[in-house]
Amino acid sequence: MADRDDKDPAGAAPLNRRGLLKCMGWAGTGVVWGLSGGVPRTLGLIGDASAAEVKQDGLTFVQISDSHIGFHLPPNPDPRGTLTEAIDKIKAMPTQPAFLIHTGDISHLSKEEEWDDADQVIKTANKQVFFIPGEHDVADADNGKAYLARYGKNTNGRGWYSFDVAGVHFIGLINVYDFQPGFKSAGLAKLGDEQLEWLEKDVAGRSTSTPIVLMAHLPLWTIYEPWGWGTADAGRALGYLKRFGSVTVLNGHIHQIVQKVEGNLTFHTARSTAFPIPAAGTGPAPGPMKEVAAGELHKYLGIRTVNYVRGKGAPALTDSPLVA
Amino acid sequence: MLTRRIRLFGALGLTSLLAVAASQFTAAGKATGDAAASAATVDIDNFKFAPPTLTVAAGTTVTWKNEDDSPHRIGAKNGAFTSAALDTDGTFSHTFAAPGEYPYICTIHPYMAGKIIVKPTKPAS
Repeated sequence: MADRDDKDPAGAAPLNRRGLLKCMGWAGTGVVWGLSGGVPRTLGLIGDASAAEVKQDGLTFVQISDSHIGFHLPPNPDPRGTLTEAIDKIKAMPTQPAFLIHTGDISHLSKEEEWDDADQVIKTANKQVFFIPGEHDVADADNGKAYLARYGKNTNGRGWYSFDVAGVHFIGLINVYDFQPGFKSAGLAKLGDEQLEWLEKDVAGRSTSTPIVLMAHLPLWTIYEPWGWGTADAGRALGYLKRFGSVTVLNGHIHQIVQKVEGNLTFHTARSTAFPIPAAGTGPAPGPMKEVAAGELHKYLGIRTVNYVRGKGAPALTDSPLVA
Repeated sequence: MLTRRIRLFGALGLTSLLAVAASQFTAAGKATGDAAASAATVDIDNFKFAPPTLTVAAGTTVTWKNEDDSPHRIGAKNGAFTSAALDTDGTFSHTFAAPGEYPYICTIHPYMAGKIIVKPTKPAS
């Protein structure tokens, strides 16, 4: 651990102590997290030269989430505008990401015109985009038929898939179907047997040194059950993955950053590009924080950059708010 | 099926009597009876169904109204009815012909649960 303070995963980012203190002062500030031995550690502030150097080589991709195109109420009547700002931020990155992932709730109401709008904005990044649906994307009367027709080409089952880039294995899971109210897991999301069996086979023959990125819209660990922030059968999925040396779980849904480390598994929810939701249990309901002032909104919104350095295992994550 | 439908159509003739019965069953809801059919409303406010359990007579049309800033989508546990996503002020109606219990959730926020209990209508005497 101590060595890593001087030699980060990219071998070039000494810990900036002053920067660290600044980060601690305001949790919303963009921070580069180095994951060392499973323990997140701050490397520097976004915009620091040392932070930029972390992304010099290896694989870099960007996660965006919860763009909610179609939402039209306070605190953000223009989520298309804030998505555009997020994409502009990506376009301005000195090290361009290899691709983007969108971890769901592209639309607010599963309408074609909302997806049209989102696609028009996102395609200006000129990058390949890997989507998974949020529950707002499968809210048509046909339980997700429209999403699958549009985004589900070349996927398995009801839309799950995997792919490999630069030695990293990516898995897109769907936990916005198959809810089972009234059972022990009341109100929590489910992956379902069919998808879990697919997952088991998907990872079965792979070397434990393969870094894994697991994407799913709802958190794959239970953050707050009264608001449904969890996945009832996530444990079975994670059981198939715990033998791997580096598993990074990227979720959306809760419109704020919550992180957890469990052995070689690290869990990270992402900010939304549209509006914030209260911290678990701090409001009457997990709805938009409509009291947020226009001038404050951008502090709550953001994007995430993920950087792998070949042969180094766990990636560095950078969460950047949409503030200038 | 056919006989059942015919019976239901026959039952529709009794709706003026049923409207009275329905409003008794739905003290917690906003039951409004009229000559043609009975109706009741479930409000969705602050991520809750109000009333969470609504009892109506067979033949009643239940309308859900979304008063939240977040969309909600009604889905019966047994698949009997499913709405599209309801935006703020959006409504969805379903007519309950057959007696029984119909637990449902918001499929977007599945911890939101409610139930419609449909009582059989009594034959006219």
